[in-house]
Amino acid sequence: MTVESTAARKPRRSSGTKRAAGAAGARKTAAATAQPHDAEPQLVQLLTPEGERVEVADNPDIAEFAPFVADITTDDLRDLYRDMVLTRRFDGEATALQRQGELGLWASLLGQEAAQIGSGRALRDDDYVFPTYREHGVAWCRGVDPTNLLGMFRGVNHGGWDPKINNFHLYTIVIGSQTLHATGYAMGVAKDGADSAVIAYFGDGASSQGDVAEAFTFSAVYNSPVVFFCQNNQWAISEPTERQMRVPLYQRAQGFGFPGVRVDGNDVLACLAVTRWALERARRGEGPTLVEAFTYRMGAHTTSDDPTKYRRDEETAAWEAKDPILRLKAHLLATDGADEAFFEQLEVESETLGKRVREVVRAMPDPDTMAIFENVYADGHALVDEERAQFAAYLASFEGGE
Amino acid sequence: MAVQKLTIAKALNDSLRKALETDPKVLIMGEDVGKLGGVFRITDGLQKDFGEERVIDTPLAESGIVGTAIGLALRGYRPVVEIQFDGFVFPAYDQIVTQLAKMHARSLGKIKMPVVIRIPYAGGIGAVEHHSESPETLFAHVPGLKVVSPSNASDAYWMLQQAILSDDPVIFFEPKRRYWDKGEVDVEAIPDALHGSRVAREGTDITLAAYGPMVKVCLEAAAAAAEEGKSVEVVDLRSMSPIDFDGLQASVERTRRLVVVHEAPVFLGVGSEIAARITERCFYHLEAPVLRVGGFHAPYPPARLEDEYLPGLDRVLDAVDRSLAY
Repeated sequence: MTVESTAARKPRRSSGTKRAAGAAGARKTAAATAQPHDAEPQLVQLLTPEGERVEVADNPDIAEFAPFVADITTDDLRDLYRDMVLTRRFDGEATALQRQGELGLWASLLGQEAAQIGSGRALRDDDYVFPTYREHGVAWCRGVDPTNLLGMFRGVNHGGWDPKINNFHLYTIVIGSQTLHATGYAMGVAKDGADSAVIAYFGDGASSQGDVAEAFTFSAVYNSPVVFFCQNNQWAISEPTERQMRVPLYQRAQGFGFPGVRVDGNDVLACLAVTRWALERARRGEGPTLVEAFTYRMGAHTTSDDPTKYRRDEETAAWEAKDPILRLKAHLLATDGADEAFFEQLEVESETLGKRVREVVRAMPDPDTMAIFENVYADGHALVDEERAQFAAYLASFEGGE
Repeated sequence: MAVQKLTIAKALNDSLRKALETDPKVLIMGEDVGKLGGVFRITDGLQKDFGEERVIDTPLAESGIVGTAIGLALRGYRPVVEIQFDGFVFPAYDQIVTQLAKMHARSLGKIKMPVVIRIPYAGGIGAVEHHSESPETLFAHVPGLKVVSPSNASDAYWMLQQAILSDDPVIFFEPKRRYWDKGEVDVEAIPDALHGSRVAREGTDITLAAYGPMVKVCLEAAAAAAEEGKSVEVVDLRSMSPIDFDGLQASVERTRRLVVVHEAPVFLGVGSEIAARITERCFYHLEAPVLRVGGFHAPYPPARLEDEYLPGLDRVLDAVDRSLAY
């Protein structure tokens, strides 16, 4: 028996190809499904908050997704756990470094580890990722050195990694823009005849942006191999989801003609299964999918805002009970999937990571002044050349003075 | 035969055809560019010959057109997108300014953005609103973008191919009221540098600087002035970012006077930048302040008023007289 026994049972899916509602019907559906903020959503869940596996026999609606993690061994579960713990540690370290003045800003992923590790571990090396600015866990899965994520927050660069090495695009700050880049990239993948897929991350706030709607349109009409992975963390800075939508987000896909699925974003196994399922659809040439990972941002939007001004403690506490890491730990303990030695060793590893992050950030040099003029253009530009020369001469005028 | 007499529209069409033939990574994208061949028929026949995978009709969504072109460029393609009219580029302005222009710099040079955005621009065709604007300053002001505009068939043919070959994003403004002007195109010539200016007519008393649709007006003004015994030099800037200040300076040092002419509003326009820079560079050569002729600080007017709004022969000649009177 599980506490969320009513909430976890019925995955919601919409498919533009299967259902056709008339205008009146659509109106009725919209009104009927508009959920108050506190209502328990229905979503794909494979691991309950208490760490119990949900079986297909208990919930036939997960039958479509469960096979996608049938191969997951206990070793794999420990690896997923390790990913989440280390990502959280890295994130916590970065938050602390911002408080110490070492970073100008930090966008914490606290609470969203399962959504990011589950989806990130579903990807193949030749898939391509378009993140927003909070996908530290996905970056971890892609093999991007986490310290490279800190450069832009420290103010020494706007990226800090070569996107083509890890197939992990630079963080995009203007929300939703990257969903179009992902769609275009996916159009290119299809043109190339490749069988890789593309995944675009964005948040519930970004879903209000026109670019996201345009990305849905383009990907649908060109049948592009792209997965839209929305982490609905309930808050866009201080704006709750009811300021973004009247209808559950995943249902929006239906209007564009592709499936939308809502998954428990705090369940790493379900996120892995649903993302694999969506990626497989893309690879088979069945076009885009919208995955709504229903999760929660436990921290602030960034270190600049104060969540106590806009949300209730009870809400945060309720989500603490669904913690993605504690959930998997409970499962590992209950199934003898990991022993104390494993957790102790992971703690040591975590300490080592934290220490390295601190050291690397503090040692990060400021860029050379003349870097202002570098890479503005690939083919050069007369004005940039002129201003570079003028500024260099100006700086040189101080040398030997005084 | 290497030299052909073509309209600007046909020269652009031939240029796109050549680019599609030369590089399989070149794609054409935009609204109505396929079967219709574009509302100005610049892409006429290209989809028929190169297929729907190379010449792509898009949804009516400008941000989507540019945003997906960015993604295609990331994948190794060289998209040439058409924005149907000048005033329709603004839904895509965010993608152009916040994404396309900065991708190379923020990736520390790891990413190149060989995207060309073709925009039929400026007035003179009696269109409704949003179909006659000259927003070049808004793009020239953005680091990371290059902005050019041909004024004749030969430049139309060559500059477009050079823009497609560029690894930088290029905003390619096409003077729509000149689409049907004919000129000689030597398809075997060695073209001028994409961002260099060109002396379109030599003269000794004053320099007129213009680009795109206003070059023809300035050449007509120079011809009219010649009948009054004034020798007017006309410089076709061709590029608004970068601007060939060396070339322009050389002309102004010869003539000692400069009038800049464009359709865009004068305030904070390309002419303002030229006036400032040329004043810095040529302070001791100038016999008169640099003057500007252009649009007003007002929305582009209804078509029945555009002849009053657009710089014509008389307004250009008036400025020439004012300069010579110093």
